[in-house]
Parts: sequence; C-alpha cells; structure tokens
Amino acid sequence: MTEMASAAVSDAAVSDAAVSDEAASGLPFFPMERDARCPFDEPPAYRRLREQEPISRAVLWNGRKVWVFARYEDQRTILTDPRFSADLRRPGYPLLNTQAAVLEGGGARSFVFLDDPEHDRVRRSLIKEFTVKRIEALRPRIEQIVDGALDAMLAGPKPADLVKALAMPVPSVVICEMLGVPYADHEFFQEVNEHIVSREVNSGTVRDGHQELNEYLVKLVDSKREQPGDDMISRLLRDQVDEGRMTLEELPINLLLLLLAGQEPTTDMIGIGTAVLLQHPEQFAELGTTQDPKFVAGAVEEILRYASINHVGIRRVAAADVEIGGQLIRAGEGVVLVTDSAARDEEVFDDAAQPDVHRGARNHLAFGYGVHQCIGQTLSRVELQTVFRALARRVPTLRLAVPLDEVPFRHDMNIYGVHSLPVTW
Amino acid sequence: VKIDVASDKCIGAGLCAMVAPEVFDQSTEKGTVVLLTPTPDEAQAADVREAAHLCPSRSITVRR
Repeated sequence: MTEMASAAVSDAAVSDAAVSDEAASGLPFFPMERDARCPFDEPPAYRRLREQEPISRAVLWNGRKVWVFARYEDQRTILTDPRFSADLRRPGYPLLNTQAAVLEGGGARSFVFLDDPEHDRVRRSLIKEFTVKRIEALRPRIEQIVDGALDAMLAGPKPADLVKALAMPVPSVVICEMLGVPYADHEFFQEVNEHIVSREVNSGTVRDGHQELNEYLVKLVDSKREQPGDDMISRLLRDQVDEGRMTLEELPINLLLLLLAGQEPTTDMIGIGTAVLLQHPEQFAELGTTQDPKFVAGAVEEILRYASINHVGIRRVAAADVEIGGQLIRAGEGVVLVTDSAARDEEVFDDAAQPDVHRGARNHLAFGYGVHQCIGQTLSRVELQTVFRALARRVPTLRLAVPLDEVPFRHDMNIYGVHSLPVTW
Repeated sequence: VKIDVASDKCIGAGLCAMVAPEVFDQSTEKGTVVLLTPTPDEAQAADVREAAHLCPSRSITVRR
C-alpha cells in the first residue's frame, strides 16, 4: 500500500516540495528556465554563471543540492577524471525524476550508468557495431529511408508536421533495422520513451513502461536465440554472450538503451536543427547546393553545437574528494555539467550565440566527452547529414507554416527540441 | 610528426577515423583504434592534432 501510494506521487508534487526547499536554501533550481522568446538559446541565467560564477550551487527537483559547472573546460576536465562516477546507484548521484522512478522499481542499469571496469567490458562488447566503417556502410540504406519518408511527406497535404513525417520515423526505422527490433512495434516503445524523458510524468507510469519494454526485449532476445537473423541482437548473442563477455541478463537493458538513445535524441536534433536552418535560409540554401560532403558534415557539427538538446546536463557523483577550478568537491557530492552552457562558452567558440555552418568546430560536447562519450555518435551524424542535405536539396522552398513563437518547443522535457514542426513548401 | 596510440584505453568513439581516415582506422574485430600511418607528413599534422584533441579517452599522443 505504501509502495502504491508513493508510486502515485507525481513528480509535479515533488517539484513543489523542491520549490519550498529552494526558498529555504536560497539556491536556484536546476535546470533553469529558457526564455521562450529565444528558443534556440541556453537559459539566460547560464551566461551570468559562465562569466561570474562558473562553479555554483543549485537544487534539483528532489531538493538535493548539486554543484553546477557552467564552463566548457571544467566540464571536459571532469569528464576525463575517473574520480567522478557515472553510477546512478551511488549515494549522492544527481538523479533525474525518471531515473529515480526506474531505480525505485529495481530496474537494471545499462553500461552508461556503470563505472569501469564493468562499463568498459560492456562497452567493448558493443563498439565494433558502431565503427565509422560499419556506419558508413549503412549510409545508402539511410539515404533510402530518408528519401522514402520525404516522398511520403511531399505527396501528402500541406502544411505537414516534420517531426511526424521525418524526425520520428527515420531514426526509429534505422535503429530497429540495425538491432533487429520489429519497427511495427514502434508506437509502443516511442510511448514508453516519451514518459522516460518527461519532466512531468507520474513516476509509476515511467517505472511500468520501463519494465514492460525490458520484458519485451527479453522475449525478443529469446526469439533471436531460437531463430538468429542478420542483426545486432543475434550477433551480440553469438559473439559476446556465448563468448562470455556479456551475460544474457545484461543484454536486454543494454538493448533498451540502444533502442531509445538511437531514436529520441536524433529525432530532437532533426526537429530543432531544421528549425535552426529555416531561421537562416542562406545557410539552408548552401546545404542544398553544395557538392562537398565535408561541408555537410561541418554544418551538422555546428547544428549539434548550436542547438543543444540536453536540457539537464551530464551528471556525475564524486567518488573521492576532488579539487576542480579551485573548488573542493567532496566525495558523495553530485555535479552537473551544463553542456548547453558550454556550447555558448566564448572562451572556446567565437561569436558563440550565432550559428555558422562554416565554423568548422567539432569540439562541442553534444555527445559528451570521456569514456562515456556517445557510442552511437557516428550513426547520429550520418542520419543528420542525410536528413538535412536531402531536405535542402529536395525541398529548397521549405519554410515554417507558423510563426516561430507558435512552434511548441519541448520546455517540459528533459531532452529539448520541438514537439512538432509545422512546415510548408 | 610521430604518433602513439593506446588501443587498450580506446573506447571506439571513432572520432580519429572520422577526422583523419588516412592515419587512423578502427579494428573490425574490436572496434578500437588502429594506426595506419605512425609518422604522418606535415600536411596531415593539423588533422592528427585535432584527432588527438577530440579523442574522448585520450588514447592518441602526438610528438613532434
């Protein structure tokens, strides 16, 4: 009964508790609010933090105090320091609302929430699936998927929602084909995912969805064992599980991570990246006329830097006392690395508030840094290159169908972007 | 320039193979860094230094 009651407590209620705690502590709430009039920019308070208080204190949704790092260099330093742990079961780890819900339910951890050597062992069993050559070999198929989605959008009514027509199906079909997950089930796992990245959802809903998806993947793994296919799940069973590098029990939760991380962030980058390009028509036009794949790749790096979708930062907990930038962080204290602030750090990026597809900077932290840097980054890059290039080449008259201030940005989600993007051409 | 790589530290992010594909590759079997050109020429030096700077596991050392 107690368990049911606590499951029914929504995070909105917890947030209210945090607000009164904030008043008591005098500390600001993290993450801070964006300015709805400047939807592509980081929350305005982060500029002041970068300039005047690069290491500061804030409180999270659950009232926990954390260290907030606003500058690029400090973030890179912490991400390469093994004394900062990514283990979300370690006391003091700055949990998201939804992570707390899954953790309470006893959910297993994927490799991104483990420290070395366990993290290293699992990651090593996966990386050969994501090499540059392996992903480049998928490029023709990705182009086909993008062209198919675009054909359907162009044949349909105007205006269209670019999120539904392109941003959602492309990464979903791609990751499903790679893993060997039936795309026919996409509505189910997209709904679960929508709960997992929400700031406002009921924690019981998150926990149940996570569990249901995990069970779905356990069954899928069983069926691949019976009948292997030419897909990643079958290869992982044969090359990693059977060879003893990964246990059978570890496989489903790591597949869950790959399935969801392979979709949501790329969907959001396609949505917000298109919105950015449509605000800068001359840059969009250049993407359409160029014959240089390196230019397209460079433009994608700039969109990754400029349009940060990580609204909640990268999180760690100190496993030992560590001094960073003259500040002592004690063992057990949580740290948040504010990557959308790092993307605007003028010490690193000149004229950082302006998007410039000619910038030629690949040192952004959009995929993180250190040993936990995104395993699927090459896949994401190829998808984004293919989508933006195809849009600019095939639909040069593409434009927003509503004023920018009517586009629903994802202010209510832990991963930012647009809920929908009404476009016409 | 002269390069050393530590494939035991490498986590297979693939940035080196993306930035300087003539110099770095990834093992088909392991996914970790493979050095194709241990002493790249000056024309490749800028890419090699960028690869070393971007490498998230700091597995690339560049010497003059």
